Amino acid sequence: MVGRGVLKGMWLVLREFLSTYPLGRMVLRVTGQPAGNRLVTVQYPDEKQQHAERFRYFPFLVYDQTPDNLRCVACKICEQECPPQCIHIVGPAKDEQGRPLKVHGRTYPVEFDIDTSICMSCRICVDVCPFDAIEMDNQYEMSSTERFGEMAFNKEKLLKSNEYFQQIKPTEASVVDQRLEAKKPKPAPTQPPTPPSAA
Amino acid sequence: MSATTAETQLLEINLGPQHPSTHGVFRMIATLDGETIVKLKPVMGYLHRNHEQIGEGITYVASFPFTDRLDYFNAMSNNFGLALAIEKLGGIQASERGEYVRVIMAELTRLVNHVAVTGFLLNDMGAFGTPLLYAFRERERILDLFEAASGSRMMCNYVRPGGVREDVPVQWLERAREIVNNFPIFLDEFETLLTENEIIQQRAKHVGVLPKTLAVNASITGPMARASGVNYDIRKVDGYSIYPKFAFKVPLGSVGDVYDRYYVRILEMRESVKILQQALKDIPGGPAISPKGQAISKAPRTFKPPKGEAYGRVESPKGELGFYLVSDGSSQPYRYHIRAPSFINLTVLEDMCLGQKVADAIIILGSIDIVLGEVDR
Repeated sequence: MVGRGVLKGMWLVLREFLSTYPLGRMVLRVTGQPAGNRLVTVQYPDEKQQHAERFRYFPFLVYDQTPDNLRCVACKICEQECPPQCIHIVGPAKDEQGRPLKVHGRTYPVEFDIDTSICMSCRICVDVCPFDAIEMDNQYEMSSTERFGEMAFNKEKLLKSNEYFQQIKPTEASVVDQRLEAKKPKPAPTQPPTPPSAA
Repeated sequence: MSATTAETQLLEINLGPQHPSTHGVFRMIATLDGETIVKLKPVMGYLHRNHEQIGEGITYVASFPFTDRLDYFNAMSNNFGLALAIEKLGGIQASERGEYVRVIMAELTRLVNHVAVTGFLLNDMGAFGTPLLYAFRERERILDLFEAASGSRMMCNYVRPGGVREDVPVQWLERAREIVNNFPIFLDEFETLLTENEIIQQRAKHVGVLPKTLAVNASITGPMARASGVNYDIRKVDGYSIYPKFAFKVPLGSVGDVYDRYYVRILEMRESVKILQQALKDIPGGPAISPKGQAISKAPRTFKPPKGEAYGRVESPKGELGFYLVSDGSSQPYRYHIRAPSFINLTVLEDMCLGQKVADAIIILGSIDIVLGEVDR
């Protein structure tokens, strides 16, 4: 019969329509029809979708306890490997004799900027960082009316505590913490990790 | 004035580049005689982003996030193709679990692509919204899987030479199994809605026919070639990765019209589900990436493959996606070229459109399944 296919399709659409209302679902249940796929719109600004733990959006710099105790040693590997080259690092800080200054036994970057308008959240900086100093955030609401000012994040804006990291990504953070614990030199003279040469 | 003496003129119209029916910034200059197309000139290049040149200036691994943006529906299979090329170039062996995860991801990508493209095709035909949104509802479930595994719905950047970047999270395989097992139910529904629909059959049958010989001569690949009856599937003829382990068929069309192209994609989804069920059943334990692959993704600059060249190809949902790499022994490729299926499949657009109505040109373009990110690179 011509038109049978069309009618069957329309019945399917009607079923889906019915399944979006409690009464319609009851009708479907009583008549023994499949329940249909109920999918409810997430009312975005009021409620937010739950993201997967691995959901990544822009990197941040991790510090332990206090903000001056950041893990980054300004080795500049991420700056080199970043595919769109959105990371800019100045450092490590030097004293008058030209020797690198150290805080808590490590060198540190004077400046660390990430241009979030260029960053594509690819996670390569996290993969290549030998010190687990940079991790992926999951804050995606960061609109700005300016092109250059607010979207280029400086060190202060990028710094976030390890507790925050543990909070947003518990599984990954526990793996990182274990790795860092294993790496930690014994209490004896603290040997600062040497930055690998830029090959 | 009688009808015989009326003068007619050819009319040149411009479709695109900013038009929803062109699936991106693609422009067609169509010359019409009445409503019939007598000439059609495609104009490409509006989305050129210098992908290959950028790839020659960065390390091999750093190209992965850029391949996500080639065909942004199928980030996983794009990654897979580049990973295969790098593996060939550097002689890297992938871990077994890594291979399984990659194949699972590639087949899930095929489902994502095919549901999206059939939805869009129906949109082009005039079935606004309903089939597209049913398709996108299923696509969303799979994209959630991608997000759980890789951290991103579309720009996955997940596959690496030697395996995948990190293993899938706990409970992921169970979720994937559930979604894959429920997928045929959706396909049945989708087919009830569309395949037997008389309006669609009237609209799509014998429209935009691509003869078998032309498909072969123009090196058309993917579902488009198979709809024309060309039995060519890289998964079968090349047998890359672990595809020889799986039992699946290659669905073929007979006429090569828009309807066949739609239906071949539906059948391909069913075969993909079969592959996924086998892969999700047999997936072994162990590391998700081989030690050498791990070393490369941790320190991309240390990877300096020997001089030579390699061509890695995958059956991406759109056709043969090939990555050609030439190494000069440094950490960056000397030459990096992509054989983009969308681009090559688009070359027969004029041949299919000639003699058809202008409204048919829209659905013919929709049935080719192009993504402009890949056409222009």
